[in-house]
Amino acid sequence: MTSATVQETDVEDLESFIARARAWALENLPLAVDNAQARADADDHVNQVAKARRMQRLIFEGGFAGLRYPKEYGGQGLTREHQLAWREVTADRDIGCLSQFKVTHGIMGPTLLDFGTEEQKQHHIPAMLRGDELWVQFLSEPSAGSDLASLLTRAQREGDVYVLNGSKIWSTFAHVSDYAFVLSRTNLDVPKHSGLSMLILPIHSKGVTLRTIQLSTGSAEFCEEFFDDVMIPVVDIVGQENDGWNVVMRLFFHERNMVGGNSLNDQDAAGVGESAVSTEEELLALAHSVGNSKDSHTRQLIGEALVLDRLADHTIQRVNALMKSGALPGPGASIVKLMRSLSKYRFKEIALEVGGAHVVFGGPADEVGGHGHRWLVARVGTIAGGSSEMQRNAISERVLGLPRDPSPDTKLPFRDVLSQRKR
Amino acid sequence: MNVELTEEQTLLQSTSRQFLDQALSLDALRHRSENDLALSRDFWSRAAALGWTSMFVPDDLNDPQSDAPVRDLAIIAEEAGRSLESGSLLECNVVAYALVNTGTTEVKAQLLPGLSDGSITASWAFAEGVDGWSVSDVRSRATVDGDDYVLNAQKSTVVAATSADYFLVTAFVDDELAQFLVPRDAPGVAITRLDALDLSRDFGDVSFHDVRVKKAWRLGSPGESADNDVERQWLLTITLQCAQMAGMLDRVFNLTIDYAQDRYAFGRPIASYQALKHRLADHKVWLEAALGLSTGLTEAFASGDPGVAELACVAKAHVGDRSVEIISDCAQIFGGISMTWEHDLHLYLRRATVDRVLYGSPTQLRERLCQLVGL
Repeated sequence: MTSATVQETDVEDLESFIARARAWALENLPLAVDNAQARADADDHVNQVAKARRMQRLIFEGGFAGLRYPKEYGGQGLTREHQLAWREVTADRDIGCLSQFKVTHGIMGPTLLDFGTEEQKQHHIPAMLRGDELWVQFLSEPSAGSDLASLLTRAQREGDVYVLNGSKIWSTFAHVSDYAFVLSRTNLDVPKHSGLSMLILPIHSKGVTLRTIQLSTGSAEFCEEFFDDVMIPVVDIVGQENDGWNVVMRLFFHERNMVGGNSLNDQDAAGVGESAVSTEEELLALAHSVGNSKDSHTRQLIGEALVLDRLADHTIQRVNALMKSGALPGPGASIVKLMRSLSKYRFKEIALEVGGAHVVFGGPADEVGGHGHRWLVARVGTIAGGSSEMQRNAISERVLGLPRDPSPDTKLPFRDVLSQRKR
Repeated sequence: MNVELTEEQTLLQSTSRQFLDQALSLDALRHRSENDLALSRDFWSRAAALGWTSMFVPDDLNDPQSDAPVRDLAIIAEEAGRSLESGSLLECNVVAYALVNTGTTEVKAQLLPGLSDGSITASWAFAEGVDGWSVSDVRSRATVDGDDYVLNAQKSTVVAATSADYFLVTAFVDDELAQFLVPRDAPGVAITRLDALDLSRDFGDVSFHDVRVKKAWRLGSPGESADNDVERQWLLTITLQCAQMAGMLDRVFNLTIDYAQDRYAFGRPIASYQALKHRLADHKVWLEAALGLSTGLTEAFASGDPGVAELACVAKAHVGDRSVEIISDCAQIFGGISMTWEHDLHLYLRRATVDRVLYGSPTQLRERLCQLVGL
């Protein structure tokens, strides 16, 4: 099940690609803006998405979209090396908005390549690469997060359609997106993992009510959705009926690859919830502006933050190489996810300590006060995209091979699981 | 960075491991007395026969005997760390590196063959005042007197002090940083053995009182300060030390994983309890980071990456602190047995606790990192 098998023979050589990409980027892509500006831009979702769509279309027309996607679906049929070269060439360009497409290109497209029908792929993949279709995942529910397989949203088969009822939550940027993968229950009379199906849903369909969720900082990139008798044609199922768990496992595989910087998404995408991360420079600037840059306790803390910041790349490279050689199994990617989550969290804690009383005053965009606001959502990174506890389960059970936790409900028909719950 | 080893490197790794498994026993560390603390000559000449001491040393054609000496040595160092190697792989190679790059023809001819075949050992006498691991801590001085230098130096925490045949001594000549090679039996050299937590190596303070050193035994060029040479030596030291420590940490972690699966409590392996599984998962994360940093640092040193100084601080600060923290938690998982003299865990904990501060502590290196980034 390889997503994009590239025939080595007709691949453009790296040097000529780099020359072509550099010339094109110089002419077509604007220079990057500074971090504070990028953060301010990112908060305006509607404009940011509109900009991302325009930029993606430009890249598509320039012949650089979907570098590792197969040519028959509008991609370039190139390799990981070309993708890395592209990232280098575009590193100083203003393409931060394209992170809007990381889920579409890094997770949803690859999953569709793996499980989609030929019609689905022809219809959607070129549109994703052109910037016309933004995709999100509708997975978590108010009562099912870490234990995703116990979700309640029902898709009842009625002739040629599934009738969808239920609700989803924590879908990022759904309000400005076009399509979703909806994981829903198509059979209640089998164990929880065996009765799920993955469906393609146009987000703005009749019967879908969407609300953005305001986080404690006031930012609103997460959404929740309610489904009332939403009709989904049977042809829009991805993979087999009741085989949705298999599809979502593959989706998670692609998500882990994306977090590790090695997916079909061409931009170097940070993990979920990292848009609000402070940089090394900002931490140093904070120490200077609150006047404790010479304080030895502060310097130790900053040293610790720098260590955490800089060990990331070396860990990622090692884990990716070990996974590629088979020395680490796929869930090894959880090592990267947990490392990033723990490091970023600690980084924000350190900013709070370095800034002292100064960081609890001021607005979210303030140079100093911003650190305090970002602290409020420091936990997003250790919860979203698979909580740290789930990563620890995956590492201990599926990387280290330690005994699995008992789960009393995996063999029972889901209907019985539900009735036991109500007692 | 290349995590995957070449065929030759894989062979080097497996022969090193086989040799160490067969030649060293942890149990022997418990029974070492002061008399045999000195490096076992037999062990060291066999290690030398495997090429451990000649990576930097040119062959007859004047090429280094390894195409990738630092990468090869890092592989050996990782294995040596796993086995608590009791020789002085790191120290001998750092001195060989200094000698090959900055030694006079005379000294090279005298010492390199012996360093290479293991009949001569050496160690770097750098620190002053227990934890003075930077050039700014150096108070030692040498003055010119006729055809000699006269060296006065107080060096602390010298690894293998009681067994090394030669010391590489860093001292000032006027305002110029300089380095000298001094035989242990030169008049005026006094070695005081230190009682150390680490049972796998021996340590000592070495004082040099009016020691006469021939001009040819000064490394580098008179008139040029040796700051850069000393910096490179220190970076090589940290690189090999991180490889050793990461190898040791990997070993202790895997021993603990095995134990936690074998040990039953309340009818199930203790490794099935989430309280332990989650801690072990966290340790796995920082262990992989340690191994990744070690590889990255090796590459950076070997390729002359200008970021190597910052990366050395990052790597040692991480590996130093996490090794002690994780090995200590492994002791907690092993339970009471790990507190006993007969159990191996304390041997690792002893070495890690010393290595954490040896050649620069995490606290010192975080401060150095702040200076390097301009804070």
